Amino acid sequence: MKNIFKKKGFWLLVILVIVVALLASAGEEEIIEEEEEEVIPWAAMPENPVPMTGETISVYNWGDYIDSETIDIFEAETGIRVIYETFETNEDMYAKIAMGGSAYDVIIPSDYMVERMIQENLLQKINWENIPNVANIDERFIHESYDPGFEYSVPYTWGTMGILYNTGAVLEAPTSWETLMDETYKMDMFMLNSPRDTLGIALVMCGYDLNSTDPAQLEEAKQLLIAQKPLVLAYVVDEVKDKMVGGEASVALVWSGDATFCMSESDELSYVVPKEGSNIFYDSMCIPHNARNVSGAEKFIDFLCRADIAAMNYDYVGYAIPNKAAIELMGAEEYNASPVNNPPQETLDKCQVFKYLGDKTQLYDQIWTEIISEF
Amino acid sequence: MKRNKALAVPFMLWAAIFIVVPLVMIVWYGVTVEEPIPYTEIVQEDGTTVFQLEDGSVTAVRPQKKTVVSLSNFRRMFEPTYLRLLLRSFKVAIITTLICLLLGYPVALILTGTDFKRPALWLMLLILPMWMNFLLRTYSWMSILENNGILNNWIASLREMLPAFDEWLTSRGVRRRIIFLYNENAVILGMVYNYLSFMIMPIYTVIEKIDKSLLEAAADLGASPVKSFTRVTLPYSIPGVLEGITMVFVPAVTTFVISQLMGGGKVPLIGDIIQNQFGKSSDWHFGATLSLLVMVVVLAFMGALNKIDKDDEPVKEVRIL
Amino acid sequence: MAKKLRKAYVGLIMAFLYAPIVMLILYSFNNSKSRAKWGGFTLKWYRELFADEAIMSALGTTLSIGILAAVISTALGTVGAIALFQMKRRPRQAMLSVVNLPMLNSEVVTGVSLMLLFAMARIQLGYVTLLLSHVAFCVPYVVLSVMPKLRQLDPNLAEAAQDLGATPLQGFFRVILPDIMPGVFSGFIMALTMSIDDFVVSFFTTGSGVSNLSITIYTMAKRGISPKINALSTIIFVCVFVLLIGINLSDLRKDPRSQDKVDKVRIPY
Repeated sequence: MKNIFKKKGFWLLVILVIVVALLASAGEEEIIEEEEEEVIPWAAMPENPVPMTGETISVYNWGDYIDSETIDIFEAETGIRVIYETFETNEDMYAKIAMGGSAYDVIIPSDYMVERMIQENLLQKINWENIPNVANIDERFIHESYDPGFEYSVPYTWGTMGILYNTGAVLEAPTSWETLMDETYKMDMFMLNSPRDTLGIALVMCGYDLNSTDPAQLEEAKQLLIAQKPLVLAYVVDEVKDKMVGGEASVALVWSGDATFCMSESDELSYVVPKEGSNIFYDSMCIPHNARNVSGAEKFIDFLCRADIAAMNYDYVGYAIPNKAAIELMGAEEYNASPVNNPPQETLDKCQVFKYLGDKTQLYDQIWTEIISEF
Repeated sequence: MKRNKALAVPFMLWAAIFIVVPLVMIVWYGVTVEEPIPYTEIVQEDGTTVFQLEDGSVTAVRPQKKTVVSLSNFRRMFEPTYLRLLLRSFKVAIITTLICLLLGYPVALILTGTDFKRPALWLMLLILPMWMNFLLRTYSWMSILENNGILNNWIASLREMLPAFDEWLTSRGVRRRIIFLYNENAVILGMVYNYLSFMIMPIYTVIEKIDKSLLEAAADLGASPVKSFTRVTLPYSIPGVLEGITMVFVPAVTTFVISQLMGGGKVPLIGDIIQNQFGKSSDWHFGATLSLLVMVVVLAFMGALNKIDKDDEPVKEVRIL
Repeated sequence: MAKKLRKAYVGLIMAFLYAPIVMLILYSFNNSKSRAKWGGFTLKWYRELFADEAIMSALGTTLSIGILAAVISTALGTVGAIALFQMKRRPRQAMLSVVNLPMLNSEVVTGVSLMLLFAMARIQLGYVTLLLSHVAFCVPYVVLSVMPKLRQLDPNLAEAAQDLGATPLQGFFRVILPDIMPGVFSGFIMALTMSIDDFVVSFFTTGSGVSNLSITIYTMAKRGISPKINALSTIIFVCVFVLLIGINLSDLRKDPRSQDKVDKVRIPY
């Protein structure tokens, strides 16, 4: 019997491979029915592209954070070639810039990282005269807490932290962080495996400042999270999207960008920024201290602030944008219908940005390790 | 062969750069920390800011951190939190190793016997799954075991088909969706799955090499199969067992991916914490200190195993009775 | 009876080892985005796989890094093994323990230490650092598999060759290399498989958007495991399966209990 298996099994598999290969290649002609969404071309390629001048700028951005077509348009309009690279975390990007091995002309760090890089002399001041489109940025989204005097950064996107929930599985739509302490969702919620974010929310739940470094307040937040531990199914980061779309749990602490993604994948999911307030974050365009082509960088930043280009990028990236001209262009009503883009102003007023905590970051890390290693 | 010193040069150079220097780097990062230089910010009359250091000197550039030698990371490492994590890593790794040994040894033993006509082929089939990327294999387990996974779906449809089975499960308090993932057992399952072949291979190789005439002699002298196993096969297979233990234990004690995926962040091991230091926490110095700890612990473990190996080396003349 | 039990036991272990792989393969034909529900048969994931630039370029990186790393580390490791072999006993022992260190060290430590090395040397993480790291962790395995063959070598052979007027280089290529070839070859295969399967060391030492399959799978899976990945696994598995079974069956037919062939079957770590 074994021999038969060996021989037949072997040949069966060979045949299977061939069949699969054939079918895969033959299937190419079939029309793949993709629900092609109607894309409104906010900006178009110029009819007479400027020939390449040989000038280049290098841009360092988050992965999946720009509509690559906008880069083509920029190149065609200016003749400047864009060398585009991506990073995964602020820290990765920081390490690259701080190590000094590579020079970028435009980078897009988050708020607390902007603050840190300003403090460490890694950014240069922006000459606003060369960026007229900065007028498109809504003043509500200019926080001087991380960029005092608004000298170094131009907000590109913004987002919040909040609760993503399955409308079919929750009894009533959550409005408060209390949901994350609710026994109803025992082993039915995901938390973020990220010290700063999760501890920050715990501090807000305890009624303290999001950026507190007071050991007593942090201890209280820690005890709260330890008490919450039995309710938590898992501490995840990016995996939360896949798992929430798959219906693994009913509620999750997420960033709004992930919420947008999940909601586009599943109609059952909705998002709320709890009324107690939350974290609001900005990813901002900056010019590093060692940029080689500052004027090119300014042109690129100005370009991204243009209403039609910002609208295109919003369409592609899905993060809320601070660009009021772009929102007007797209139709404010539709844009504001999303709970991600338009939390109530009073909630927004209670939202704070993370500050760079310097060596206190270690304290957060220590406390977080204590929480997750509790067993 | 004539000694040719020139050959040694590129190799020595390579070993120095890629083995010695990196280890020195770990030690250096491990025993240093970054310390901010204290300064006060002074806004001058013309609006520019200058920075005054403690010794009174003034600079226009904001003073940066400096690297200083300090053992503070070692103190931090010996805090109960990290020791507990290390202990947990050990516990998980030891359980994994034991399960692999218990499951794997019989397989190696059976394959070296006469039951299978082509043991080499079967052995190859056993380790074939290892050629798949280990992340893929682990993800596959996840999609089987998830709350909404394949296993839970099968159980659910089984419940629909067999009401009696459903009632029985309900009466025993089994939830609709059984949570298989996100706990220590899931992590151990993931590790056993990924490392089982590492245990079977060396044991098989060693048992296969045992002189069959020894076993025949034992049988001729009237030893029962059990006795000839405990007196011949087992002692001779010890080196293979020890190699298997090493090959399972070392990766198990330091893994960070399996614990993250199968444990859902609820079963952090020391490897996870090290990875964090180089990622989100961005504290390379502490990460290096922890790496040093892991290195020392693993080397100590291997040293201990080596010692057993030497002590237990089967004597050349095997007494059967 | 006992025999059946023993066979059943091996069968059970086989089932355990193959269960997730069968699932991967099965669900690569699943016409539904959900990983758990069956939505009918489809081949669309295979089409999408070949259209996915990220996966295809990662596949290219994996293969090119694997082959380059295997070639370089085989050359370096063979030279190293010969150099070690020619040393006196004491320095050889010392060198051997240094060379063995990366194998004893956990992958995390190897990865971290190499990353720190590149950081110190201010080399931007990317393709080159990835290649260098893979060479770094492969060389010890090549040394390890070449050394035993050198020990079996007849020391008079090389001398005889030189007495007959061969240059040392000729002596090496004509006399020594053919004799140690099996060791060199198995070292090469081991380096290749280790490089292709590596995740941990690559994780710490790559950058600038260069990523191999392991890293791509890791980052992709965070955004949601696409059935494309299942399709990729199926193809990889079938290729490896056919290759290995093919080689081994033809070899084994000649000599069912050939131990030499079993030695070739190495674990890719």
